[in-house]
Formats: sequence, C-alpha cells, structure tokens
Amino acid sequence: MNLHEYQTKQRFASYGIPVANGKVATTPEEARDIAASLGVPVVVKAQVLTGGRGKAGGVKLAANPEEAFEKASKILGMSIKDHIVHRVLIDPASTISKEIYLGITNDRTVGKPLLMASSEGGVEIEQVAAENPDAIKREWINPSLGLRDYQARNIAEGINLPREHWGTFVKIAKALYRCYIESDATLAEINPLIITEENVLFALDGKMSIDDNALYRRKDLAEMRDISAEPVTEVQAREAGLTYVKLNGQIGCMVNGAGLAMTTMDMIKLYGGEDVGPANFLDIGGGAQAERVAAALRIILSDPDVKAVLFNIFGGITRGDEVARGIIQALNEVPTTIPMVIRLAGTNSEEGRAIIDGANLPNIRSASTLTDGAKKAIEAARGA
Amino acid sequence: MAILIDSNSRVVVQGITGREGNFHSLKMIEYGTNVVGGVTPGKGGEWVHGKPVFDTVKAAVDATDANVSMILVPAPFAADAIYEAIDAGVALIVCLTEGIPILDMTGVYEYLKNSNSRLIGPNCPGLMTPGQAKVGFMPNYVGMPGNVGVVSKSGTLTYETVAAMSAAGFGQSTCVGIGGDPIIGTTFVDVLEMFENDPQTEKVVLMGEIGGRAEIDAAEFIKAKMTKPVVAFIAGRSAPPNTRMGHAGAIVEGGQGTAEQKIDALRAAGARIADNPEHIPSLLS
Repeated sequence: MNLHEYQTKQRFASYGIPVANGKVATTPEEARDIAASLGVPVVVKAQVLTGGRGKAGGVKLAANPEEAFEKASKILGMSIKDHIVHRVLIDPASTISKEIYLGITNDRTVGKPLLMASSEGGVEIEQVAAENPDAIKREWINPSLGLRDYQARNIAEGINLPREHWGTFVKIAKALYRCYIESDATLAEINPLIITEENVLFALDGKMSIDDNALYRRKDLAEMRDISAEPVTEVQAREAGLTYVKLNGQIGCMVNGAGLAMTTMDMIKLYGGEDVGPANFLDIGGGAQAERVAAALRIILSDPDVKAVLFNIFGGITRGDEVARGIIQALNEVPTTIPMVIRLAGTNSEEGRAIIDGANLPNIRSASTLTDGAKKAIEAARGA
Repeated sequence: MAILIDSNSRVVVQGITGREGNFHSLKMIEYGTNVVGGVTPGKGGEWVHGKPVFDTVKAAVDATDANVSMILVPAPFAADAIYEAIDAGVALIVCLTEGIPILDMTGVYEYLKNSNSRLIGPNCPGLMTPGQAKVGFMPNYVGMPGNVGVVSKSGTLTYETVAAMSAAGFGQSTCVGIGGDPIIGTTFVDVLEMFENDPQTEKVVLMGEIGGRAEIDAAEFIKAKMTKPVVAFIAGRSAPPNTRMGHAGAIVEGGQGTAEQKIDALRAAGARIADNPEHIPSLLS
C-alpha cells in the first residue's frame, strides 16, 4: 500500500524529520485560504499515487492566495496517468541550493534494510542506478543493531555533503529508519532532501510503501488507504482476500497460486491469443473456499471486456470440490451466458469435476491440461 | 539418496490442530511420511490422526526426536513458530505460511544465519521425495520416484510440472518449493548445489518467475559450478511492469527482474528453456 506525499510527510514530521508546514486542500477555496494563512508564495502539488506529476503539470508555483486558487482549480480533477487528482498539498515555496536522494528499502538479496543516498536528488533512484550507479552510496542495516551513526556519516561523506550538515543528516537518516521500521514499510524515501539557500536541510517530497502483510498490526496506517485512488474491482478483491490486477484483454482468468496464474496468462499469449489476451491476473490464494471463489467470479464478470473465463485450478491446499461449489454458487447468483473453460486438477479434483458435471451448465467446457485450457479459452473468447 | 527429506525424516507439525494443519498432516501420513507429532500451544495431550500433540516444539522434539518441522500457523504467529523451532534444534524447518510481514522475516533471516537450522519458505508448498516422504501441500499423486531434481518458487506451477513429468515417465529425486516471498530461507543456488552433490539426481528442473535476481544468481551458479543439465521455465513473460503479481516478490521494478533478463541469463548459462511448463518433459529427454 502506498501513502500519498502529504501522508508520508505527516508521518515523517512525527518522527522529527523536518518537512514544510503545508496543508491539504480538496477545493480551490481551501487552497486559497491555506496560502493566505501561510502568507508566503506556495507550491500547489497534486496528490496522486503515481510519479511524473511535475511533467504532467500537477505541480505549480503560486505567488499569492488568488494564484493558489487558480492553480488548484486547474490541478484538482485533472488526470495524471489515469489517476484523478482529488487533493492538492499547499506547501510554502522553498529556494533550493542542493537536492539529495535519501531512501530505505528492503534488499531481498541479503534480507536486510538498505539505506541509499545520492547527490543527484529529485530524479527517480532507478534512473540514477541505471545511468550513474556510482553516484548511489549504500549501507546495509543489521536489523538487531539498527542504523548506526557511523553508517549515516559514511553516506554523508560519500555523497560529499558539506560537514556542517552531517549532524542533521545523521538525525534525519536515523529518524527515517525508525519511521521505516515502525511503519512496517517496504520503502521510505525523501526525494529530494534539500539544502535551501538559507542553508537549511529538509524533506521537500516523500514517498512510503507499507507492507500489505503487516497492515493487520498497523491499523493507523491501514486507515490511510485512499480507496478513491484504486480501481473498484481491486478494492473488492482485496476485501474478499484475493489478488486481482486488471489487464487489457478479454479472457478472465481464475487461478490458484501466483506462479500458475502468471503462467496461465503467458500461455494465452503463447498460443496466439494476443488479440484476446488475459483480462486480469487473479490468484484466489491458498485454500480458497467456495465463498471466495464466488467473489472472484463476480469480480471477473463485472469487467465488461470479458468474453470468456478460464479457470485453472491445480489443487494442493486448495480443494477442487470447494472451487466447484464456489463456481456453481456464483453462477446461481450471477447467471451469465459467457463461455467458461474449467480445468481442475490436484486435491479433490475428481469430486470437483463431478459437481460441475452434475450442474449441467450449457456454457461450461472442461479442459484436461493447461495448454488445452488456454487454447479452448482463446477459441471461446473469439466466439468460436 | 535424494535431498533434504527421505523415509528417515521425523516430522512434527506446528499448527496440527488447525483446519489446514489437520487436513495436510493426514495427507502426509497417507503418503507415508513419518509424522511423529504436532504442536499447538494449549492443546498438549490431545491426539490428531493418532499422533501426540505437544504444547511446545521443545517438548515434541524431546519426546519424538523430530528432525523436521512443518509450520502451518497463521501469519501473525509464524515468525515466532520459526524461532521456536530453531531454538528447539530442529534441523529442517519448512514454513508454508503465506503473508508473513517482511520485517518479521528480516529478523528470522538474521537469527537463522547464526543457527544450525535450514529454513525452506515461507509461503511455499513444501517438498517431496517421491516414494519416501512429503512435507507440505504437494498433491500425493503428482510425484514419481526418479532422477530429476525439481526446484521452484511457485506451488501450483510445481504440481503442474511434476504431474506432467511423471505422466511422461520422468520421475523426481526431490521436489523443493522455495517460496515466492522477498526473503526466504533457502534459495535456488542452495538447492542447485544440493542437487549437484546428490548422486541420485541426474538432471534438474528450475522454475522461477519475475522479480528479484534469484534466477540470475542461479544462472551464474549453473555456469560456474553445475555439471548436470538444467531445464528452466520462467513465469511472467506477459506481466506488466511495476505491478505486483500476487507473490510479494513477483514484481518488475525499475526494469529489473524481467522474465527476458532471467531467460537470457539461464540460456547463456547452458540451461534449456521451456516456454510452456508442459513441454519440460520433452526438454529432459
């Protein structure tokens, strides 16, 4: 789960990281009032969960409250990479003499948090990594020791930060680490961390991603989830305990297991289904019971592009009879004539096939293998 | 021979009284696995499928001499269950649980390095040495004793492939599901090394997916150290970038971890590449 910039900076501030004292507005009037109360030139910043806001015209300077009103009315409601802007952050404008990148993420290759910094702030770290990898300085953090002062100093020295700022930099890096750990974050970054013309260090922009698996114990963060920023079907899927990603094709896929779900999508493309393509990635997860399967089918069928549905269930912890009951249950609730190809294998698959056969549904075809299922689903989607 | 588990493995199940623990313990016993007991705090003294339940892993190990633990407890309690198994001296810990927070695993990973235990998983289907023992979810009928070692990040994709291999007459020495989480106890390279050193294993099948660089490390290992032929499949060629495909680890970020990069690296290392898991048997012959 990603946090908005304003949510990230509020959280940073609560850990003592210096940030601008801006506020969020949802209307141009609010934007004007906030600008007036700040009493200085401001930046109006679109709050969307995607990058490239500046290029898209989602970040504008405003010299006075009237201009803030004007810019906010333009930015609110605009679409940035399919994300509609519902909120703008009104921050005091700052003068920048230097931009730095500072971030913490999980390095899966060593199983440790990794502190990274670069003297090239303000651009995406992936871009720096690709173009100028030596510009990134790294320190791996032992989880039982936490981030030590010397490690933060190594980084400060490595990116040629003037010595007078080392003390503040160490404090900011350590605060960022505490924030990362205590938020169960998978990413916490300040980009850019700036030195102003007044020679003050502070976080101009920030980004945090929270580990979805840890939200059960981070209730305050779970409440920050901006459902309006996500597709409705993905929200419904999450509530039903499913992983669903909308894609552009026409074959709805319901599969158990992420690897097999990806493979099923790959097979649709491999067997020439480029024209129809997978409509979604959907993993019903391990041990799905009838109710979850029914919810999954309702979500797939709510996509108007879906011309056929392919079920590929290879039971291990998931049981074929449970899946079959879920399919029948969902079809009783949401009758449809959309053709369905069902491939059941593994645990209790014979029981499952008996349930499907017993229901005697005209639009269901069975498939024996993954390849057979993909080919039949492509034919079905083309109306063959 | 085989690797990791065989008919001498003595398995204790942490979470044996839960719905899934109960069901899969029974399937393991039916397969012939020597399940010696279970652990559920507060339920010591009960019996499940004729096996004694203990309150603690230590008590279970003391009473049964278990050397393998399978963990199937809810995610919030899984890290604690792994620590408990490490401290009880269990040599092989197989954690099937899905959805463990990354920070929990960061701590486990550090602790594990300073212990004598090996962890498989988490978020994995477990492992099977056909004809001898299985620990985890793999359906009983898919495997067949033989000489091909199988290692995979994904559960159901492994069943798919192993079933196709068995149907085509290619039996397996051991099938290992290492799991699809960002932090796991045993990597592709660890398992490849075990297969390379296992006299029973003649060929190896590797199934990876998008995200991370574990398959690239595997390719480097294959190139430098492996004498046995490898057939590989990588899932996620059709996955869009910057989108997590179910597994916490399956995401292409910043252009890194794409299926193409992994396929190219494995091919360059001499592995045969399957574009469909059902074609793996034909590449083994």
